[in-house]
Amino acid sequence: MRVFERPKMLKDKVFHYCPGCTHGIVHRLVAEIIEEMEIRERTVGVCPVGCAVLAYDYLDIDMQEASHGRAPAVATGIKRVLPDRVVFTYQGDGDLAAIGMTETVHTAARGEPLTVIFINNAIYGMTNGQMAPTTLLGQRTQTTPYGRNAAKEGYPIKVCEMLATLDGPSYIARVSVGSYKSILNARKVLREAFRRQIEENAYALVEVLSTCPTNWSMKPRDAMDWIENEMQETFPVGIFKE
Amino acid sequence: MKKKQVLMKGNEAMAEGAIMAGCRYFFGYPITPQNEVPAHMAVSMPRAGGVFIQAESELAAINMVYGAAGAGARVMTSSSSPGISLKQEGISYLVGAELPCVIANIMRGGPGLGGIQPSQSDYYQAVKGGGHGDYRLIVLAPNSVQEMADLTMLAFDLADIYRNPVMILGDGNLGQMMEPVSFCKFRKRKLPPKDWATTGTAGRSRNIVKSLYLIPEQLEAHNRKLYRKFQTMKRCEVRFEEDIPEGCELLLTAFGTTARICRDVVDKLRQRGHKAGLFRPITLFPFPEERIKEVSSWVKAVMTVEMNMGQMVDDVRLAVEGRCPVHFYGRTGGVVPSVEEIVHEAGKILRGIKK
Ligand SMILES: Cc1ncc(C[n+]2csc(CCOP(=O)(O)OP(=O)(O)O)c2C)c(N)n1
Ligand code: SF4
Ligand SMILES: [Mg+2]
Repeated sequence: MRVFERPKMLKDKVFHYCPGCTHGIVHRLVAEIIEEMEIRERTVGVCPVGCAVLAYDYLDIDMQEASHGRAPAVATGIKRVLPDRVVFTYQGDGDLAAIGMTETVHTAARGEPLTVIFINNAIYGMTNGQMAPTTLLGQRTQTTPYGRNAAKEGYPIKVCEMLATLDGPSYIARVSVGSYKSILNARKVLREAFRRQIEENAYALVEVLSTCPTNWSMKPRDAMDWIENEMQETFPVGIFKE
Repeated sequence: MKKKQVLMKGNEAMAEGAIMAGCRYFFGYPITPQNEVPAHMAVSMPRAGGVFIQAESELAAINMVYGAAGAGARVMTSSSSPGISLKQEGISYLVGAELPCVIANIMRGGPGLGGIQPSQSDYYQAVKGGGHGDYRLIVLAPNSVQEMADLTMLAFDLADIYRNPVMILGDGNLGQMMEPVSFCKFRKRKLPPKDWATTGTAGRSRNIVKSLYLIPEQLEAHNRKLYRKFQTMKRCEVRFEEDIPEGCELLLTAFGTTARICRDVVDKLRQRGHKAGLFRPITLFPFPEERIKEVSSWVKAVMTVEMNMGQMVDDVRLAVEGRCPVHFYGRTGGVVPSVEEIVHEAGKILRGIKK
């Protein structure tokens, strides 16, 4: 009989995340996968500025904090020094697709053997809800109070589709954590992204459609539904490169 | 036995010195006048079993340095003025997270895109901060191709000892000129193990590399700890070179390229019967303020010469504290002052003293 319990590498500490925020779910998935693959002792995580900057408070592994947007460069530095360690980044959409887009694209183009976990919550969570590069058209944020208008603010950036045009990456996928079924799929895909690095010495990125009920001004339940329904229209779930 | 000498550019000597000091990771982005550094690293790093990456920007380069330093490696980046400006956020993070590394700035004229000729106008940026927060770098100022190599080797040890970035502050002239240089075998000091590095938790509890402290009292305590390191640097790492005659009438103070020029100036002035002296800070931080203070009580006047509009002269004045007049002469924008023009300026000051 299997008992549902906390993965050992997830510290016994209450998440600082808001109620209904799915950062916690993704942390748990990452913890489960690392434990299952028995790589805890040779994994180094990189968490840049964003709501998950304190990920090291929860994940009981070696970690480096990175400045806003630079996690792929920091991870590159680590991986080049320690090629036999497993190195992953855990980045928000503002981090990965706005301020850090250059590092994102070039790290992927180099095919740097890293696992990039990309939390797309269509908003800047940590700074109280400004427009992100992934904010949906029409979506209201602190800095698009009338809704994102393509004529003024341009279009959401589809990171997976874009990176899939590069030759460097081995695996590019988008998943959601908006329902139980989606979470099970996310777990499978995330595991594959770690496997690519470990077994094939290859670059993998997984975009996770994630909630920010606080800054979306939604109830947790509605936020989950919003990813499954609204977000997936702009950001379809799937494998873009394999 | 005579040591073998080779003819090299300053930039190449610096790169070679780094490799000899055990640096195996170099991350950089092209910019004149330091391109010989990455060029040399691209050839020599793979041969030494190391890694060279041409990063996509200076931001990426300095953050690759951060990752590699956090993983426990000896690592270096180099750039020139505009690129160093771009690295400032990363440098602040490196100090905050207490990561050792070596950063070279082969200065060119500014502000903005400026020019590509040599300058010393990033003195403030290097010595006073540059990035955000209350921090210092150890700043070493070579004045020859030989010192480009020697001080780079020293820089790696100092970085490890203090767990702090060390900057080599050169300029386009030092980087580009060729001189004979000899490499002594690098003797690595006994340094504490890097047991703080993020290498995986095998056999120990986990390590975190970070600079975030959300509780003000904790951040203050962290700042105090850093401050204590900077104070130790001030006590233990001051380096300078001086040639000050008894009864010195005019003491020239200069670093790097201008110190070389001032050497000739001093010789010329002495030939003309003046008691001229030279003081050359080798560490710009920590600044040799104590020594300048001492000599300023008996030299008649000080003249600081720089390739900028007057930056180091502020630190000289702070050290002199009005004990004697401090004059300044500078050329900037890539103009290198000639021996003759400095002698001329010095002559004016000396005539004033003798009146
Ligand atoms: C250079 C710099 N600019 C701005 C910030 C402020 N800042 C912190 S987090 C953040 C955005 C975070 O959004 P995202 O990456 O989407 O992460 P989330 O909080 O949504 O998970 C910003 C702008 C910063 N820390 N550094
Ligand atoms: S602000 Fe948004 S992303 Fe940040 S913890 Fe709260 S719900 Fe999660
Ligand atoms: Mg976000």
